[in-house]
Amino acid sequence: MTTANKTAQGVQGAPSRGGIDIVRILLEGRAFFALIVIIVVFSMLSPVYFSTANFLVMASHVAIYGLLAIGMLVVILTGGIDLSVGSTLGLCGVVAGALMQGVEIEVLGSIFYPSVWVVVVLTCALGGFIGAVNGVLIAYLKVPAFVATLGVLYCARGVALLLTNGLTYNNLGGQPELGNTGFDWLGFNTFFNVPIGVLVLVALAIIAVILLNRTAFGRWVYSTGGNARAAELSGVPVKFTTISVYVFSGICAAVAGLVLSSQLTSAGPTAGTTYELTAIAAVVVGGAALTGGRGNVRGTLLGAFVIGFLSDGLVIIGVSAYWQTVFTGAVIVLAVLMNSIQYAKRPKPLPASGNPVIPQKEPAGKLA
Amino acid sequence: MSALPKAAHTDGEAVMSARNVAKFFGSVRALNGVNFDIHRGQVTTLFGENGAGKSTLMKILAGIQPPTSGEIILDGEPVRFSSSTEARNRGISIIHQELSLAPNLSVRDNIFMGREIRTATGVNFAEEARLTKALMEELEEDIDPMTLVEDLRLGQQQIVEIARALSVNSRILIMDEPTSALSATEVEVLFKVIRDLKSRGVSIVYISHHLEEALQITDHAVVLRDGNMTAKAPRSEIDLEWIVRNMVGDNFDLGSPPTGYEFGDVALSIDDVVVTEASGANVVDHMSLQVRAGEIVCIYGLMGAGRTELLEAVAGRGELMNGKVLLEGEDVSGATIAERIAKGLSLVPEDRQRDGLVQTMTVGKNLSLASIGAFVKGCFTSPQRERELVDESIRRVTVKTAGGGAAIGSLSGGNQQKVVIGKMLATNPKVLLLDEPSRGIDIGAKAEVFRLIAERARQGLAVIYSTSEVGECLSVAHRIIVMARGKISAEFGPDVSKEQIMAASGESVVE
Ligand SMILES: Nc1ncnc2c1ncn2[C@@H]1O[C@H](COP(=O)(O)OP(=O)(O)OP(=O)(O)O)[C@@H](O)[C@H]1O
Ligand SMILES: [Mg+2]
Repeated sequence: MTTANKTAQGVQGAPSRGGIDIVRILLEGRAFFALIVIIVVFSMLSPVYFSTANFLVMASHVAIYGLLAIGMLVVILTGGIDLSVGSTLGLCGVVAGALMQGVEIEVLGSIFYPSVWVVVVLTCALGGFIGAVNGVLIAYLKVPAFVATLGVLYCARGVALLLTNGLTYNNLGGQPELGNTGFDWLGFNTFFNVPIGVLVLVALAIIAVILLNRTAFGRWVYSTGGNARAAELSGVPVKFTTISVYVFSGICAAVAGLVLSSQLTSAGPTAGTTYELTAIAAVVVGGAALTGGRGNVRGTLLGAFVIGFLSDGLVIIGVSAYWQTVFTGAVIVLAVLMNSIQYAKRPKPLPASGNPVIPQKEPAGKLA
Repeated sequence: MSALPKAAHTDGEAVMSARNVAKFFGSVRALNGVNFDIHRGQVTTLFGENGAGKSTLMKILAGIQPPTSGEIILDGEPVRFSSSTEARNRGISIIHQELSLAPNLSVRDNIFMGREIRTATGVNFAEEARLTKALMEELEEDIDPMTLVEDLRLGQQQIVEIARALSVNSRILIMDEPTSALSATEVEVLFKVIRDLKSRGVSIVYISHHLEEALQITDHAVVLRDGNMTAKAPRSEIDLEWIVRNMVGDNFDLGSPPTGYEFGDVALSIDDVVVTEASGANVVDHMSLQVRAGEIVCIYGLMGAGRTELLEAVAGRGELMNGKVLLEGEDVSGATIAERIAKGLSLVPEDRQRDGLVQTMTVGKNLSLASIGAFVKGCFTSPQRERELVDESIRRVTVKTAGGGAAIGSLSGGNQQKVVIGKMLATNPKVLLLDEPSRGIDIGAKAEVFRLIAERARQGLAVIYSTSEVGECLSVAHRIIVMARGKISAEFGPDVSKEQIMAASGESVVE
């Protein structure tokens, strides 16, 4: 009969042939590698760059992208895409701002000032609701994810503009006598010198890692993205999974909206415009496949740091805004280029059936 | 047997050979110094267990993978192909074990993919369509050239794959399990085509796990075992027993249905079920069937008889247009697939690439996908419990793999099939639906699967086993249902003859 033990060394145990191993390490840790290159280059170009203070500032910028990117990653793992996160961020920020101004309840003829915690919960619920709209459109009404979330991108942005008439809420501090102070806590406070926004990102990343690697839901996400038909026939609730990931992404966007408007102490209806593209870029730089099924939180976080540290570095050394855009684009393309090398070239013995074989790559990863 | 070649004495001449070919995937040795000859104008058949290295050797000959060492000789000269296009230009074409069609394209476009017939102004679609039609006629298949491949049944897709290889007019044609989804009639047609090709001087390599069937067409038999060539002989010197002995080391048959126990209550009851396809036609037409605990029922039928549609409907994919499905007396018609699996109703789907495997996940995660609940403690999965479950599944269905962490694409075709079976067995079903589960698995593994089914049946598992191989029905079933055009056309006990079954399916009796 068949001998299962003959090949026990494993497909993984590829023979180490010097140079090839280095190439593999560079490819595998390429986002990490890129991050180090960015830090080294900018530290040489500018004395301010390499300082704790600057890192903390940059980290709180990265927190916004990182929050969006983790939500985006989970969506992309199922083979979808969420273009609406930037608008959701903007709308949620505006709604939080409106709630901080007080809600006028006409029957009672008085103005009700919800406390900050209520604002946070309501805003997250709104983000989740927008995600649910995306999810239902995609899972039940069979609208392609790209189209559904593109529509929601416009709608959410439009509603944000309608709500505010295009104006920005500036007064988010609250007043002690109304009992709604503390909104700036998210954006300004630090804990052992680390901005709260960054801690929120870390917490969310840990939740995402556990969710993806240690729960049934994580398995559902990866299998839905890998082959939805097979997953469904194996009893994976594909529709539920699809809706859940968009809800998750919407909540992430809402949290990002709260952190951003808290950092800025203002909430404008155009906040977060094109952030969805930055989030997608972070996910892709982090090694996830846009076709679904492959990717991990560690890579995505690194991707967010690469993009954040790059753009802040360009600002610090005084590169013009136009060139910043060009550089960022080039880095994204380079990263995707490496992606194709990783997924297509490295396992030379591709089976003819066209299913890529990635013996060394385990989709699930742990937080760096 | 009419298939015996009259030209057998003209052998000896090798048009293409592999000399001392070895192939390593990392540290896994797939081929170990193999010498292999393709005889001009004859059929060389390659036998071997799952994972023996057959497909690997063929991919090397067709220029898809380079050998780690050794050389390939074509027309007496060493050659080195850097791509399959290069091999095709030298007259070598291959029918892949796993279908390699673009589902979103039409039959015509698939057949001429990469070799479009160009004119000054573009592609000559009319000519392509005409040639496609001619190929379909040669294969006696009623497929419109403009049909999208994704709308075809698996067997028809395989026909398209064959047609594509034929359209190249190559002089060496490699067929890696071309008949795994074909019915007996279609196999006969294919054999007619092969004989015709032979008479035109085309050399053919043929791989199949349907040993008897393959013997009909073989001129030379070669056996691979664990990457070594263990035996070769011309047709006149061999028989079925020789192949099995050389393949697996001893001789055994597939056994007979388990006996000596009483069936339990009705486990699955299919009641007046109707399934309609997009065109509005009833593919399953008011069908009723009851299976009792411990009973193994085979559904035999031609391609398009509605077997796959019936089993998928019972498993919960798509909606029933009419009728009910009762599991141990409970109506599950409205339940989701997940709920049915939880209640003990599992399906092993027919098309492993499309419906069975998640290609981005490892062997282990594929095996455990349908029974995640079994290793979740509280909210979290337990890696250790999962590993135990995976290891047990690997052992139970004898998957030849480096371990649970290996990529699914690193497995041979038959071993991938075993993963799909193992995955559904791990759900501990009460009713198991198997749709052509023996596609691509070797006779040892088939016997192993039959033994497993028999053992579970003794413990009360009800089984519906769909197949288009008559021999399998007789080896495993207590009851044989013949399906034709969505209806039951006959029902037999275990002591029926092959001819009776085939006649009832509306199939012309071969042999
Ligand atoms: N891309 C790959 N990476 C790693 N190992 C591989 C790869 N392709 C094949 N193998 C290994 O090589 C061996 C031979 O595989 P091959 O596909 O040639 O078997 P086969 O004889 O065609 O089997 P089957 O009858 O199941 O199709 C197997 O052990 C398989 O796991
Ligand atoms: Mg094979």
